[in-house]
Amino acid sequence: METKVLNITCINCPVGCRMNVTVEGDNVVDIKDYACPRGVKYAKQEAVAPLRMVTAVTKVEGSDIPLSIKTAEPIPKNKISDCMIAIRCLALSSPIKAGEVVLANVCDTGVDIIATKSV
Amino acid sequence: MEYDIIVVGAGVVGCSLARELSMYNTNVAVIDKAYDVCDGSSKANSGIVHAGYDAEWGSSKAKYNVEGARLYPSLCAELNVPYKRCGALVVGFSDDDKETLKRLYNQGIKNGVKELSLIDGEEARKLEPNLNKKVTCALNVPTSAIISPYELTYALADHAAVNGVKFYLETELLDAQFVDGLWHLKTNKGEFTAKAFVNCSGVNAAKINRLISRKSYQIIPRRGEYYLLDRLIPLPFERTIFQTPGRMGKGVLVSPTVHGNTFLGPSSNDIEDGSDTSTTVDVLNFVFDKARLTWPEATMRNVITTFAGNRAHEDHGDFVIGRVEDAPKAYQALGIESPGLTAAPAIAVELKNLIVEDMQLDKKDNILPAPHRNKPFIDMTDEERAEAAKKDPAYGKIVCRCEQVTEAEIRAAINRPVGARSIDAVKRRARPGSGRCQGGFCSTRVMEILAEELKISELEVTKSGGESKILTGRIEDVEGGCPIC
Amino acid sequence: MLEKHVDILIIGGGPAGLAAAIGAKEQGVDDILVIEREDSLGGILGQCIHNGFGLHRFKVEMTGPEYAQMDIDKVRELGIPTLCDTMVLSVDENRRVVAINKEQGLMVFNAGAVILAMGCRERPFGALGIAGTRCSGIFSAGTAQKYVNLMGFIPGKKVFILGSGDIGLIMARRMTLQGSEVLGVAEIMPYSSGLNRNIVQCLDDYGIPLYLKHTVIEVRGKERLEGVTIAEVDDMRKPIPGTEKHFDCDTLLLSVGLIPENELSQGANVEMSNTTSGPIVDDEFQTSKAGIFACGNVLHVHDLVDFVSDESMKAGKAAANFINKKTKKGTIINMLDGKGVRGVVPQKLKIPVDGEDAENVQVMFRPDKVYENARVKVYNGDNEIYSVKKRILAPGEMADIILKKDIIQNLQNAPIRVDIES
Repeated sequence: METKVLNITCINCPVGCRMNVTVEGDNVVDIKDYACPRGVKYAKQEAVAPLRMVTAVTKVEGSDIPLSIKTAEPIPKNKISDCMIAIRCLALSSPIKAGEVVLANVCDTGVDIIATKSV
Repeated sequence: MEYDIIVVGAGVVGCSLARELSMYNTNVAVIDKAYDVCDGSSKANSGIVHAGYDAEWGSSKAKYNVEGARLYPSLCAELNVPYKRCGALVVGFSDDDKETLKRLYNQGIKNGVKELSLIDGEEARKLEPNLNKKVTCALNVPTSAIISPYELTYALADHAAVNGVKFYLETELLDAQFVDGLWHLKTNKGEFTAKAFVNCSGVNAAKINRLISRKSYQIIPRRGEYYLLDRLIPLPFERTIFQTPGRMGKGVLVSPTVHGNTFLGPSSNDIEDGSDTSTTVDVLNFVFDKARLTWPEATMRNVITTFAGNRAHEDHGDFVIGRVEDAPKAYQALGIESPGLTAAPAIAVELKNLIVEDMQLDKKDNILPAPHRNKPFIDMTDEERAEAAKKDPAYGKIVCRCEQVTEAEIRAAINRPVGARSIDAVKRRARPGSGRCQGGFCSTRVMEILAEELKISELEVTKSGGESKILTGRIEDVEGGCPIC
Repeated sequence: MLEKHVDILIIGGGPAGLAAAIGAKEQGVDDILVIEREDSLGGILGQCIHNGFGLHRFKVEMTGPEYAQMDIDKVRELGIPTLCDTMVLSVDENRRVVAINKEQGLMVFNAGAVILAMGCRERPFGALGIAGTRCSGIFSAGTAQKYVNLMGFIPGKKVFILGSGDIGLIMARRMTLQGSEVLGVAEIMPYSSGLNRNIVQCLDDYGIPLYLKHTVIEVRGKERLEGVTIAEVDDMRKPIPGTEKHFDCDTLLLSVGLIPENELSQGANVEMSNTTSGPIVDDEFQTSKAGIFACGNVLHVHDLVDFVSDESMKAGKAAANFINKKTKKGTIINMLDGKGVRGVVPQKLKIPVDGEDAENVQVMFRPDKVYENARVKVYNGDNEIYSVKKRILAPGEMADIILKKDIIQNLQNAPIRVDIES
């Protein structure tokens, strides 16, 4: 099985530990250079299945201002660009309420895209 | 397009002349290759109405300087633009400087400048307490004044326009031929014909002159770089402070502006390209060091912007004003560098007189006054503000918070006779974006108002014409279509 | 002109103004007015569509518009009057406030107390003295953010960013996701002033290089920006010849610092701090002028809106106490920046007099550089009154300590100094 050493910067606090994370396939086998347990937890996720929130705006028919939207949960990092394309293809019309789902199950991630304000 | 007179160059000289001619029964057009009037030397200079001690006695510079300075107060009043007689000190640091100041004093007296006096360092500091302790002598020039060079030029253009002068911008003169008693002027926007032709084209004047005359002039663009300081700091000096002049001009000044800012500058460097108004680090550092000689307390902390402007220095160092010797019905104002702004009204009168004489023009019966301009909101009292907002609710919307410019004033700037068509053009006419945030907050709104008033898309709005667009697209534009749907 | 009385007038309807209004109302004052210059409440949060707000205050992560809505809803629920699209033109030391809008025209308020909550603005390009032309395509990051997120426009296609403050980093990602190419970010300091999280998620995720110890030395372009030149800087922040790199780009975004917006405060002759560029306040956020309070980014630039809200809630309560004549009466002592410390807020503290209850005081400041495993020590005169170990202190993150009420109760009449000892 392939072994990789990843360099991951912890994002939990200003220290920003630069951790060396050894991965075999989908398993984290070793984490070095961390200062606290939060780093370990972050590194385990980040090394094998990094997740990101996506936020964006989209045009809404009937509204002068764009609608701000977000993924209701973080989605896999490698789905961000597909997610942005899906967002650009949205054709919405007002009124839309904050919290309303504007796109369900974006890119088969199981995560909805919701409005973060009302227009 | 047929006109009686075509003026090339919409700077302060061209617009002054156009305004003078607009009072006669004749058909006048001004052409300029720039996107806006007042886009060359007239836009970025020190804005000083020089008293006239500096120019050599007997020179054209001295003659037009003194006469121009005399015309300014009534001209500014008539056009309703700011003019402030703040006075000036020329300060010296050595015995050599003292000798030079004496020479300037005598020259000033000879040129007819009033109220001049030589004072010592201590007296100078009594007038201006922030002056360097090392100042040992000064020439006190109470008649020196400050104006806003672009507000003046816009007002001149507006007044000319209401009296019938046509302005053709983005119109570059490519060739000029005198055929059968008419000037045929080839431009990028088609051919113009005119009975008379006037060259007031600043740094391009030598080039234009070559189209019509065998007599060759050499104009060297001389760049000046400036710092502008926030008007929130108390003015360090109430007067314009010059240092004793050297070979390259009047040196670095520290001066108030009519809007309550302080500026430091200009430098003086000969350059190749007259349209290149880049700033440079070395020169800006030089300006700052020089300014500190006048004002040791100067700090970068209050700088809100830096800029550069180019002056049209003619090789022989004097103005060339009058008829073009070897071309019929052609006139020129060449080499109009400092004190060109001061001299402009007098140069315009001189050229107008020659043209009126040659063309036998009659004065119009019905000359319209300069268009009325409301007092700027920032200068109004609370009572006046209440009144203005009652009459026009757009006075109740402050768009530029730093300079307190209202929506009403921005719309008015766009709808003036020679109106603003770009963000910078609005900025120079009504001041949004001239303050400490430099448009960070208001430029988005100014852009929208421009799009509305000019009935164009926001994507077409420019900073200063041409390709200087602000935006490149909309969020919904998907290049190449969507690969998913 | 009609003159109206209002107990508490709050200038600014952003996070600071809204929290101050909630704080004042909850402390028992009903006659409040919030004046906001934009057409909606919420301030800059409206354009901060990204995630990461609210973790401290609400224990959940929200986007800017969502965070703002929490306070807007609360203000509505409490029935606090607000006036949008209205600009305050002046405030004087007697708390006479002049404002104007399109509907009502000019208005004059005589306020029992005024809370300054105007926020901050971005340092503009012009102030940096960068050489070159004055072409289009140069924006402060916040202006670009407004174009994209509130107006739906793209300000440029090929982007370089100067300054690695959080807004710059956020905009690097935003522009990338919107289809523009971000060529790099230059930071004059040897470290970024942005959060690690933003460096990872806004730059590293998209392979955008961060050039530390670099700055833009020249911009080129006749009409629209055509390129920038960056260079490495030495320890004195001077560009090193021979290290220049050129980038062809049509857009330069600037994230080079925020400046509290205190023109109105200065008009009221409020005493100002040169370090924070905000008013000098005591532990009740009262400025040198009685009844004029300040909070949020107008007081000192924060990194997290959660802390703006906390601080402003306290300022609102203090303003309400002022209206109810419950302002503390104690002896005032100064709080000073000591070794390694910049911009202590509050700058003044009241030693409680007999019968007054002491309260905990939060002291905020920025370290002058990065410290690891340092100690923050607080002295009252020569006496060390408090000491705490900090794992990490960085200029990009505001630090705070809490002086407990028993410490406050026992203060001597001598200045307080905050030191960092490494």
